[in-house]
Amino acid sequence: MAKTYSAGVKEYRETYWMPNYTPKDTDILACFKITPQPGVPREEAAAAVAAESSTGTWTTVWTDLLTDLDYYKGRAYAIEDVPGDDSCYYAFIAYPIDLFEEGSVVNVFTSLVGNVFGFKAVRALRLEDVRFPIAYVMTCNGPPHGIQVERDIMNKYGRPMLGCTIKPKLGLSAKNYGRAVYECLRGGLDFTKDDENINSQPFMRWRQRFDFVMDAIDKAERETGERKGHYLNVTAPTPEEMYKRAEYAKEIGAPIIMHDYITGGFTANTGLAQWCRDNGVLLHIHRAMHAVLDRNPHHGIHFRVLTKILRLSGGDHLHTGTVVGKLEGDREATLGWIDLLRESYVKEDRSRGIFFDQDWGSMPGAFAVASGGIHVWHMPALVTIFGDDAVLQFGGGTLGHPWGNAAGAAANRVALEACVEARNQGVAIEKEGKDVLTKAAASSPELKAAMETWKEIKFEFDTVDKLDVAHK
Amino acid sequence: MSDMQDYQSSLEDVNSRKFETFSYLPAMEDARIRKQVEYIVNKGWNPAIEHTEPENAFDHYWYMWKLPMFGETDVETILAEAEACHKAHPNNHVRLIGYDNYAQSQGAAMVVFRGKPV
Repeated sequence: MAKTYSAGVKEYRETYWMPNYTPKDTDILACFKITPQPGVPREEAAAAVAAESSTGTWTTVWTDLLTDLDYYKGRAYAIEDVPGDDSCYYAFIAYPIDLFEEGSVVNVFTSLVGNVFGFKAVRALRLEDVRFPIAYVMTCNGPPHGIQVERDIMNKYGRPMLGCTIKPKLGLSAKNYGRAVYECLRGGLDFTKDDENINSQPFMRWRQRFDFVMDAIDKAERETGERKGHYLNVTAPTPEEMYKRAEYAKEIGAPIIMHDYITGGFTANTGLAQWCRDNGVLLHIHRAMHAVLDRNPHHGIHFRVLTKILRLSGGDHLHTGTVVGKLEGDREATLGWIDLLRESYVKEDRSRGIFFDQDWGSMPGAFAVASGGIHVWHMPALVTIFGDDAVLQFGGGTLGHPWGNAAGAAANRVALEACVEARNQGVAIEKEGKDVLTKAAASSPELKAAMETWKEIKFEFDTVDKLDVAHK
Repeated sequence: MSDMQDYQSSLEDVNSRKFETFSYLPAMEDARIRKQVEYIVNKGWNPAIEHTEPENAFDHYWYMWKLPMFGETDVETILAEAEACHKAHPNNHVRLIGYDNYAQSQGAAMVVFRGKPV
C-alpha cells in the first residue's frame, strides 16, 4: 500500500535503526565510534548518523515519497560497547551499493564523512573502519602497478627496499639537491625521495630538479650496476600542472613519481594513478595531513580507512608509520593497516583494530613505507615488523652519517642485508639485533661509524591513539 | 669516533659494480649458501640457477642454468647444480633464485658465486 505524506520531524530511529537487518554482500559497511550529546539514546544517535550519512534530512519532505527511500537508506544495524571507554560506543551502518558512483572514493567519502561530522546530536564522531564489497572494489582502478610489478621493474627481490628523503627539506638549489641524491644512490640506496614540501618553489623550480635528479640516477646506475629511482614530487596547485610535471618525468625516463593524496585531493590522486598505469610510471604516495584526521581517538577518520581509500584510489607505495621511530603508531594497529595495504584478503581481527573482513580480489597490493626518525639500530625491528614488501626510509639516518650520504647509505644497506640474511637463517633478529649488526660492521667501516653515531637515540613517548582495549 | 673515510666507488673501479641483494656483504662461502638454499626450500619456493657475464649483469635476463628445479626440496641437489653452473662458467656471476609462484615473483634472488669483475 502506498505511503501517505505527513509533514514534520520524525525520530531517526523509526526509519534508520534496523537491529534485525542482515547486511548484504554488496553493502558498504561502516563502523563509527559515536560520542553522543548527553541524553541522546544510543539507537537514536546511531540512526541519526546513518540518516545524515545517507538519505536523511532533518525533516520529512514530500519528494521522499517519489522514490523508494526504504531501499536507498543507510541502516544502523548494530551497536557495541567500546572496550575500556564508556564515553562512546561503536555503531555499525550498512549502505546499499547503489548510493555511490562506481570507482569514486570521492563520492563514497563525501557521504560517509560529510555533513554528519558536524551534526549536533553527536559530540564527536570517528570513522573506525569501512568494508568495501568486492563488487565495489572491482570498479576502482587501484594501485597503478603493485608490489610484484614494481619488484620486476626495479629488479629488487627478497628484501625490503631502501630509501631516503633529501634534506634540508627546503632551500637547496637544484644542482646541490641532485648531488645529495647521487651520493645516496651510489652508496647503495634503491630510492631517494622529494620531501613533501618540495613542489616548485622559487629556490628550486621543478624542471631543474627533475633534470639534475635524473642525471644523478643515471650516473649512480652506471656506477653501481643496480636500478635506482627518485620519487619526483608532482603534487601541484592544479591538475593541469600536475600532469605537465608527470609527463616531463616520463619523458626523461624517471621510473617513479610522487603525490600527496590527502592535500592534493582524492580526485587528483585517482586521475594520476590512472595516468601512471597508462604510462608505466610507478607512484609513491605521501600522506601529509593524515594526522589531522586520524590522531584523535574520538573524532575523525582512522588511518586504516585512509589506507583503504589510497588502495582504491591508487598508489604503489604508501607511508604507514614506522612503529619504532619519531612518529605516532601503535604496533598492532600498524600491522593491521599494513595488511590492508598489501594482502588480497584480510580477516576481521579486533586485536589489530580490523572490524570487517576485506576482500580485495585481484586488486594489487602496495608497498608499505616506513619513514621518519629511524636509523641503523632500528633495522632488526623494522625488518621483523614490515617483512620484505616495504620501503625503509632513513633520512637523517643516511644524511646524518659523519662521513656523508654515500657512507650513510652503505651503512644502511649493509645493515639491511645482514638482517635479512640472518632472518633467512632463522635468527630471531629483533632479539639478536645487536650481534647481527656488530658482526656485519666488522667488514663495513661505514656501518661501524653509523652505530657509534646513533647508539643512544631512542623515542619512547607513548602513543596518543591506542587501540581500544579494556583496561579497567 | 673513527676518522672520516673517503667512499670508494667510481665508474673506473670495476669493484664498484654491485648485483642487488646481499652484494654489500662479503662474498658467500658454502655454509652461508647452504642456509639460503634451506630458506628457499622451507618457504616452498622453486629453486633456480642463472648466470651472466659480469659486464651484462644489469640486464633483466640472465642465462638460465637448465630449468628451474620445480618441486626440488633436496638441499644437496640444489647446491650441486649451483656448483656445476659455477664450474662451467667460472668467470660469471651465478645467481640463486627462489620462485614464489603464488606471489608470481621471486621470493629470493642472490648472487652466490661472484664472477670476475670487469
